[in-house]
Amino acid sequence: MADIKLTNLNKSYGALHIIKDVNLDIKSGEFIVFVGPSGCGKSTLLRAISGLDSVTSGTLEIDNAVVNEVPPSKRGIAMVFQSYALYPHMSVFENIGFALENQGLGRAEIKRKVEAVGEMLQLTSYLTRLPKALSGGQRQRVAIGRAIVRGAKVFLFDEPLSNLDAALRVQMRMEIAKLKRDLPNTTMVYVTHDQVEAMTMADRIVVLKAGEVQQVGTPMELYEKPNSVFVAGFIGSPKMNFITGVPAEKLKAKSIGVRPEHFEFSDSKTDVSGTLDYTEVLGSDSFLYVTTPSGMLTVRQPGRTEFKTGQKLNLKPLAQHVHRFGDDGLRLN
Amino acid sequence: MTAQILYAFITVILGVGGCFGYFYGSNWLLDRIFPASASNDASAVRNLKLQAMIRPWLFLGPALLLLTVYLIFPVIQTIWLSFHDKAGENFVGTANYVWAFSDAQFRQSIFNNLIWLLVVPAACTFFGLVIAVLTDRIWWGNLARSLVFLPLAISFVGASVIWKFVYDYRGEGQEQIGILNAIIVYFGGDPQVWISLPFWNNFFLMIILIWIQTGFATVILGAALRGIPEDTLEAATIDGAGPFKIFYRIMVPQIMGTIVVVWTTITVLVLKVFDIVLTMTNGQWNTQVLANLMFDWMFRGGGDFGRGAAIAIVIMVAVLPIMIWNIRQANAEQGGH
Amino acid sequence: MFKRISLEPSRFALHLAVLIIITLWTLPTAGLLISSLRDKNQLAASGWWTALSSADRSQVGRMKGKADQIEKDGKFVIEGNLFEGEDAVAGKVSAFGTKVQTPGANPADSTVALEGGQTLTVNADGTYALTSPTAFENDRGGRIFYVSSQPPRFTTENYETVLFSQGIGRSFVNSLTVTIPATIIPILIAAFAAYALAWMKLPFRGLIIAVIVGLLVVPLQMSLIPLLKLYNAAGTFMGVPSKTYLGIWLAHTGFGLPFAIYLLRSYIAGLPKDLIESAQIDGANDFKIFRRIILPLTFPALASFAIFQFLWVWNDLLVAIVFLGSGEDQLVLTGKLNALLGSRGGNWEILTASAFVTIIVPLTVFFSLQRYFVRGLLAGSVKGG
Repeated sequence: MADIKLTNLNKSYGALHIIKDVNLDIKSGEFIVFVGPSGCGKSTLLRAISGLDSVTSGTLEIDNAVVNEVPPSKRGIAMVFQSYALYPHMSVFENIGFALENQGLGRAEIKRKVEAVGEMLQLTSYLTRLPKALSGGQRQRVAIGRAIVRGAKVFLFDEPLSNLDAALRVQMRMEIAKLKRDLPNTTMVYVTHDQVEAMTMADRIVVLKAGEVQQVGTPMELYEKPNSVFVAGFIGSPKMNFITGVPAEKLKAKSIGVRPEHFEFSDSKTDVSGTLDYTEVLGSDSFLYVTTPSGMLTVRQPGRTEFKTGQKLNLKPLAQHVHRFGDDGLRLN
Repeated sequence: MTAQILYAFITVILGVGGCFGYFYGSNWLLDRIFPASASNDASAVRNLKLQAMIRPWLFLGPALLLLTVYLIFPVIQTIWLSFHDKAGENFVGTANYVWAFSDAQFRQSIFNNLIWLLVVPAACTFFGLVIAVLTDRIWWGNLARSLVFLPLAISFVGASVIWKFVYDYRGEGQEQIGILNAIIVYFGGDPQVWISLPFWNNFFLMIILIWIQTGFATVILGAALRGIPEDTLEAATIDGAGPFKIFYRIMVPQIMGTIVVVWTTITVLVLKVFDIVLTMTNGQWNTQVLANLMFDWMFRGGGDFGRGAAIAIVIMVAVLPIMIWNIRQANAEQGGH
Repeated sequence: MFKRISLEPSRFALHLAVLIIITLWTLPTAGLLISSLRDKNQLAASGWWTALSSADRSQVGRMKGKADQIEKDGKFVIEGNLFEGEDAVAGKVSAFGTKVQTPGANPADSTVALEGGQTLTVNADGTYALTSPTAFENDRGGRIFYVSSQPPRFTTENYETVLFSQGIGRSFVNSLTVTIPATIIPILIAAFAAYALAWMKLPFRGLIIAVIVGLLVVPLQMSLIPLLKLYNAAGTFMGVPSKTYLGIWLAHTGFGLPFAIYLLRSYIAGLPKDLIESAQIDGANDFKIFRRIILPLTFPALASFAIFQFLWVWNDLLVAIVFLGSGEDQLVLTGKLNALLGSRGGNWEILTASAFVTIIVPLTVFFSLQRYFVRGLLAGSVKGG
C-alpha cells in the first residue's frame, strides 16, 4: 500500500529548470504513465521519485512519509531501466537475488524467493544463464523479476520497452499488464514517449511538457477531452488535425481540432474542401491526405478507399467530435 | 636463495595483504560506526548519508596521500631546493640557474635534448605510420606488428646491451662481431667506434629509442587507421584518387588527432630519457642529456642538490606546455561526459 | 585499409618492404639471443650471423716426448692426438705446419718430410704420427702449428654461469620481490580512487582529476632528491634502514598512480550508469558496488594496467638504484645488468645471457597478454592524450 504525493516539486540543474511546480497524487495500486516528448522532464520526475536525483524544492511523499532526503534503497521502490541494467557478469539467479543479498537475507531464503519469482516469470530454466545468453524479452523479464523479488511497494519503469522490436513490444506490453493484475497493491509509475503504450496500459496518464504537467486523466478522458492543443496533438495516432481560419472562426475559436476518424464526406462544397494528394492504404484503414485552404488534413477511412489521387473531396467534421481551442491553446467549453 | 624466496614471499603477502586489509577494514569500520543496514528509521537514513559523505575519502585517501608524498611534495621541494646551495641549507637565489646556463655541459645537454626532441618523436611517428599502413594490407600484418611492438617490452638497459652488441667495435684487421661494423667492413669500409663518433653518436643512441617506441606509434596509429570509415576511402577511389593521395589527403587528416597524441607522448618520454644514455655512454663523448646530467649532479661525487634540482626544474618547465594541454583535453572530455 | 583498392602489381613489393622492416627490427634481439647460446670462445671470435658455419682457428700443440716412442718395423714412431692437449679446442684439422709463421703449410691427411729423415703425418681428426729412423732423444716433443675448424657449438653454459655464479639468479628473485607488490598495490589503490572520481559525489572532484592529469607528465627524476631526503629522515627517525622493499613498493605505487587512476577512471566512467544506479536501488553501498559490480566489469582495464605497471617496474633502473641498496639481497636485474656492463663490458657471453634473462619475463608477459596491453595503450592515449 503506497500512495505517492508530489507537492510543488521543482528540480533545477543550475539555471536549467527541468521540473516546474509539479503537483500529483498517485493512489496506491494505480498504474500511472508519464508521457511527453523527449526533454519534457518525465524521466527526471521518475528519477526524483526513485531518489537517484534529488529534488530542488517541494515535497515528495511515499506512503505518507516525506522521503526527500531518503536514499533510493530505503524508499521501498524498485526500478526497471531502459537498458534493464542487468549485471552482465552475474547469472540470472544472482541478478534477481542481489537486492536480497544486500538486505542480509540467508542463502536458503534468497533461493526460495528467487525461484518463486523465476517460476512466476517462466525463467526457471534460465536461472544459471548470464544475461548475454538471453533474448530481449527474457532480459526484460529478469529486470522485472528483480523488482518483484524485493516486494517493493512502488515499481518505476523508465521506458522499458524502447529497446525491443515492434512484435516483442506488444507481447511485453501484455506481460506488464498481466503483472499489474497479479500485483494489484503495487503502485506503478511508467515513463514512455510512446503514446500507444500510455493509452493501452495506463490507469491514468500524466502528460508533461517542458517540465510542467499539462493534463492528468484516464486514457479516454485525454482522448475525448484534451484540455489543450498540446495534449490533443500528442494523444492519438495519426495526429489530430488543427484547422484555423474561417471554419474555426465560425465556431468562435482560434482553432478547432478534428481527429482523422471524425470526418464525413459531403456532396456539396464545404469549408474544408480540398484535393486528395496521397493515400496510404494499410488494409484495415486508409489514410487520406487532403490539401485544403486550411492546410493538409489527414482523414481516416475504414477499409479500402475508393477515392483517386487528385480527386476533389468535400470534408465535413462531425460536430459532436470537434474540439475548440482558444488563443492560449486551451480548450474552450 | 631459498631463504630469500621465502622472505620475498612473506613480504609480498604482507604488502599486498596490508593494502587489502586497509580497504576492507576501513569500510567495515564505517559500516559499524554508522550502522544503516536493516532498519528503515530516521537514524539509519542519517547514517547512510554520513556514510556516503565519508566513503569517497576512504576510497581516495591512500591515492591522495601517495600522490602528495611521491609527486606533489617533491615538485614543491625541488623548486625550493633549486634556489639553495649544495646541501640545501643556504638560500642562493638564482645562482644555480645562472650556473646552469653558463655551464658548457648543461648547454651541450640542452642542445642534445633538442636534437632528441626533433628527431625521435618525428621518426617514431613516421615509421609508425608507415608500418601501420603497410601491415594493414597483408595477411601476416598482425605478426609483423607484434614483432615491431616487441622492443616496447624490453628494458632500456636490456636494449642498451642489445645495441652495444650491434655497435661493437674491434680494431682494424680483427674480425668484427658487431653487425654494423661487420657490414661496413664487408662493403670495404673502415670499422668505426660508433658511440664515440663526434656528433653522430647522438643519433646512434636515438636509434635505440626509436627502435623501442616505434611499436607504440604503430599500434596506436594502426588502431586509428582502422577507425577511418571505409566508405570515405571508397569514395576517394571512385573520385579517382591514387593510393598516395588517399593516404595524405584522406587518411592522415582523419587521424591527425591521434598523430598529435603519439607525438606528444613520445616527446614527454624523450624529455625524461635517461637509462639509454646512462648505460651506453654515461654522457661521455658529448652525448649528455638533461635527465642524466641531473642524475649526475644529484648522486655522484657527494652530489649537489641545488644544481640537480635546478636542472630538474628546467625539464619540468619544458614539459609544462604538454601538461597544460593534457589537462585541457581531460577537462573537455569530462565536460562532454 | 586499401582492401578494395587494387594494387596487385605492387603486392610483392609490399610484402618485401614489410619483410625488410621486420628483419631490421628483429635483428638486434635475434643477435642477442643467438649469441647468448653460443660457445663463449666462438662468440668472441666471430659474428653471431656465422653461428651456423664452422670457424677456423689457428692453434698450437706439442707432441709427446721420447718416453712414448715405440719401435715399429725398425723405425721409431710417436703417435698421439693434437686435440688431447691441455689448451686444445676440439674440431677438425684442415692444415698444419711446423713453424709458427706457416700453420697452413700442409693440408691435413698428408705426410711431410722433416730434417734428419723424419716424417710427420697429421690427420683431420687430430691424430699424428712422427717417424724417425733413429730413436728420439728429447724429453719434450716438438710443436705442431695447425689450423682447425670448429663445428658450430651451442650451449646453455652461459646461462648456467650467469644464473648461478654471476648473481643473476638472485637478482631475478629480487626483481620479483619488487615487482609483484609494486604491481598489485597500485591497482587496488587506483581502482578505488578511480571509482570515487568517476561515480561518487564528492567536493573538488574536477580539481583532483585535473591535478592527477597534470601529474601524468611530471618527470620522475624530480622526485628523487626530496624523496631520498625524506626516506633518510624517516629511516633515521624510526631506526630502520632507509632502503627497503617497502620503500620501493610505495615509490613505484606513487609514481604509477597518476596513469593508473587516469586509465581506470576513464574506463569506469564509461560503464553504464544504469548498472550503478540499479545497484544503488538494490541497496548496495559503494563498497559493495565496487566489489561486486565495478571490479568484475573493470577486469580488462585492470589487466592492461597490471601489464603496464609490471613491465615498467620490472624494466626500471632509476628508481631501483635510488631506493634500493646495491647489496646482493636488493640488487634487481636491471641494476645487475648495468653493473655487469661496467665490470664485464667485454664478456659478451655474460652480457648477452644476462640481458636475455632480464628480458625473458617481459617478453613472456607481453606475448601472452598482448591483447590487454594493446587495449591499455589505446585507452590510455587515444581517448584522453
